[in-house]
Amino acid sequence: MNSVMRRAFFPIYNNTFKSSYRLFADKSINDKIDTIVKNNKVVVFMKGVPDAPRCGFSNAVVQIMRMHAVPYESCDVLADENIRQGIKEYSNWPTIPQVFINGEFVGGCDIMLQMHQSGELVEELKKVGIKSALLTAEEAKKENSK
Amino acid sequence: MVYSEEYLKEKLTKELDAAHVEVVDESDGCGGKFSAVIVSDKFIGKPLLARHRLVNSVLQEELKVIHAFTQKTLTVDQWKSQNQ
Repeated sequence: MNSVMRRAFFPIYNNTFKSSYRLFADKSINDKIDTIVKNNKVVVFMKGVPDAPRCGFSNAVVQIMRMHAVPYESCDVLADENIRQGIKEYSNWPTIPQVFINGEFVGGCDIMLQMHQSGELVEELKKVGIKSALLTAEEAKKENSK
Repeated sequence: MVYSEEYLKEKLTKELDAAHVEVVDESDGCGGKFSAVIVSDKFIGKPLLARHRLVNSVLQEELKVIHAFTQKTLTVDQWKSQNQ
């Protein structure tokens, strides 16, 4: 919503060629990010790739996803400087990693960690039809102790 | 511009009317990595994301330089029950 507003009013304040060119570049990156976010249930924008994260915070998010056995799309911001900057504007969030579930920005590393600890993550995943592996393990345990 | 623990603590305390703030520089002095515990009743009724967004908005300028900022955001009640 915010970005739509900004885009709509931006040209009024900046009429030079340079800024309208910049606006065009912004828009295409924004659309690209929007497509990634909207076409996948879970997306992680991170530094590096899941098999080789290049930042401790990105690694923490990858480990959380692994624990819950979440299928997700990952996007390496180090591979594309435009996405690295663009994603911060898209979500109005200053840091990487960033997690999106069902097209909505959920949070960065701290929030994911706290949602994991509180059990909230299991619930959020359930809402989009993903059953956490931790939930499956818990159910199996209960079944065995019967 | 390198920000100090004291500067960030003071700013967060003031802007968020915080009851308690702890800021730790984890960058070995380069000023790029901090962690913070912030206790404020401005967080009452706000989900985690909204709390973190509030803190980020207070440190909008600073976070352009600080690239890693870990935060714990608690209300006064949450903080008290955590310390019991």
